[in-house]
Amino acid sequence: MSTIKDMTKTHNWSGQKLVTADHMLFDAPREKHFMTGSEVLKEAVKRCTVDASVSYPITPQSEAAHLIGELWAEGYVGTYFRGENEFGVMSEVAGCAMAGARTITTTSGPGTLRAMENFPQWSGTRIPCQLVLMARGINSPLTIQPDNLEVTFMLETGCQIWYAENVQELFDMSIAAFVVAEKPDVHVPIVTVCDGFFVSHTRESVMLPADDIALFPYEPYKSPLPPIDSETPPGRFLRDPFVMKSNYISYATHASWQFEVRSAVERSRPYAKHFLNGLVHVTGDADAEIAFVTCGTASNQAKEAQRDLAKQGVKSKVIKLRTIRPFPTEELLAELDGVKHIFIPEFNVVGWLEKEVKEALYKKHDAEIVGGPRVAGGMSLPSEAILKEVFEHINVEGA
Amino acid sequence: MAIDIYKINPEFRDIMPKEIIDLEENATWAQNQSKPRGIKELPETKEILEEHSLCAGCPEAAALRYVLSALPKPEETIIVNSTGCTSLMFPHIALHTVHSLFGNQNAVASGIKRVLDWRFPDTEKDVVVLAGDGATVDIGLDYTLQSFFRQENITTICFDNEVYANTGGQESGMTPKGQVFKMAPTGKKFEKVKMWELAKTSGCHYSINMTASAPKAVAKAVREAILIAREIGPTYLNIYTPCILEIGLSANEGLGEMKDQDKDRFASYKYISPEAEEFLKKCKAEGKL
Repeated sequence: MSTIKDMTKTHNWSGQKLVTADHMLFDAPREKHFMTGSEVLKEAVKRCTVDASVSYPITPQSEAAHLIGELWAEGYVGTYFRGENEFGVMSEVAGCAMAGARTITTTSGPGTLRAMENFPQWSGTRIPCQLVLMARGINSPLTIQPDNLEVTFMLETGCQIWYAENVQELFDMSIAAFVVAEKPDVHVPIVTVCDGFFVSHTRESVMLPADDIALFPYEPYKSPLPPIDSETPPGRFLRDPFVMKSNYISYATHASWQFEVRSAVERSRPYAKHFLNGLVHVTGDADAEIAFVTCGTASNQAKEAQRDLAKQGVKSKVIKLRTIRPFPTEELLAELDGVKHIFIPEFNVVGWLEKEVKEALYKKHDAEIVGGPRVAGGMSLPSEAILKEVFEHINVEGA
Repeated sequence: MAIDIYKINPEFRDIMPKEIIDLEENATWAQNQSKPRGIKELPETKEILEEHSLCAGCPEAAALRYVLSALPKPEETIIVNSTGCTSLMFPHIALHTVHSLFGNQNAVASGIKRVLDWRFPDTEKDVVVLAGDGATVDIGLDYTLQSFFRQENITTICFDNEVYANTGGQESGMTPKGQVFKMAPTGKKFEKVKMWELAKTSGCHYSINMTASAPKAVAKAVREAILIAREIGPTYLNIYTPCILEIGLSANEGLGEMKDQDKDRFASYKYISPEAEEFLKKCKAEGKL
């Protein structure tokens, strides 16, 4: 365990040299490792000069949560404890972040819903904490398998939402997430999503910078709201607290605050674009008339389908969305030039990404949009299923 | 640093409301005092609470004044609140306060306290939870007790009015058995929760059940509870602040009701762990009490 007093201008409390996010993510030399998503999240947190983390076990994020605890015991994380349940944990995270800490936590599926009241509270409080959501779907019936239904409940919480496809992206995104969330003109929470098991438990090769460097610490006094630490004016002291009154001033205050939270998410675009190398990533044939719009593991499966289609002489491309909030409407539209058929494979029964895409493209693009194929509750999404969906909708040679 | 945040920028002094100037010039901050702060200063100094918006004669408003007057070090104190009548008073407090959600106050306070200990290892920063009985004992019970189990260094003060007052008078877990309230149309079916005993068995080092009838007694309990929480572990105060509106009393009858209950449901209960008792003796010897 460390003390913050060990921090210097050049090194953090655990002795790591402080570097910029650009250096960490783009310039620092990297070496190849072989790791699961849970393990790589530990490596990311280790390099982020994290002040606080609160954890609670739920499959499949438990390992990631306990590995952050090991970082605390090893002196990399300032303070850490296990909370009582996810509602408590997300409130404890709120307290940590309000008091000026760079804070991270993790959860999955039902834990997300148990904690739900906290997420709009987080964004309303303008705290820049990070939730790594290892998606698993929600009950009933009981499931612990890969499924990302819980993400749909997160969409209107006022948090930024990014989606990592694989172990490498989880590493890079969870570092960039702190940096973007903490920008004074953004300063809203960020949810970094990956698919449980497919990413959390799958060992992949991953390129990591050395672990003797770490991000510069969070600067709470750049926050748009004063940290709750008795160190920042103004002491709030109102004769007539307008938010407690039923009048038009209080209504306008609430409404403008809610709009501002959403505007802050919008203002994250240029930063996200820089650190994520664009809000969408595209693979396949640029002039294809068939496009798969995806996020997370579905992107990986769609890319396999794209290769299989190519073998049959059918051109297609995969447009992977890296951010869901803000939604990359312009980038998506630019990539859809000339596309006639859009397929949206998903790991959930409701097709939340299909709804998002349809809303974004309404009256802006005339391609046919097919929400599918869809699997859930732990089913896999093989290339064959995606091809079947394509051939059911389109008469192409080779079908 | 903390007390400096109450100093007014000279450039803006001429446009500052009087209460803000008063706060700088005439409030009692621990840093400026040779003796412990207390209710004796209420008539002559600027309180760190502005005019409240509660019902006329509400005992909760009086109790809050006693609590704030007795904070050992207000300039380094964070108060965490919940939803209810108390949340109507919070924007009037001149300290850093938090209203987050209904019931999560002890969880938020735990996070704040741990991070303040991390960020300011050489400064004693006190975190005090102040919430009603619905927040503390019903919707927030898990988080209240878990913060006790974890031995968080926070003080929890429950303003127990035995009812959900702000929502219009519904039965709470702290309502006495038999009482007719909304949602208990035939009378409450189970006993008032003995939260002060739960606090003791859950790990609090100091647990008190009392009314707010005697200002000095409230101030003493607050001061002792915060000092113990700072050094040893969680402390709990259950203070009866009747909702005169919901039990049919007039604005001038709150004090009488509290005095009556001093002999009944709120007959004095006080638990101090041996460790805390030893510590209080030390505080007394050092003039901190």
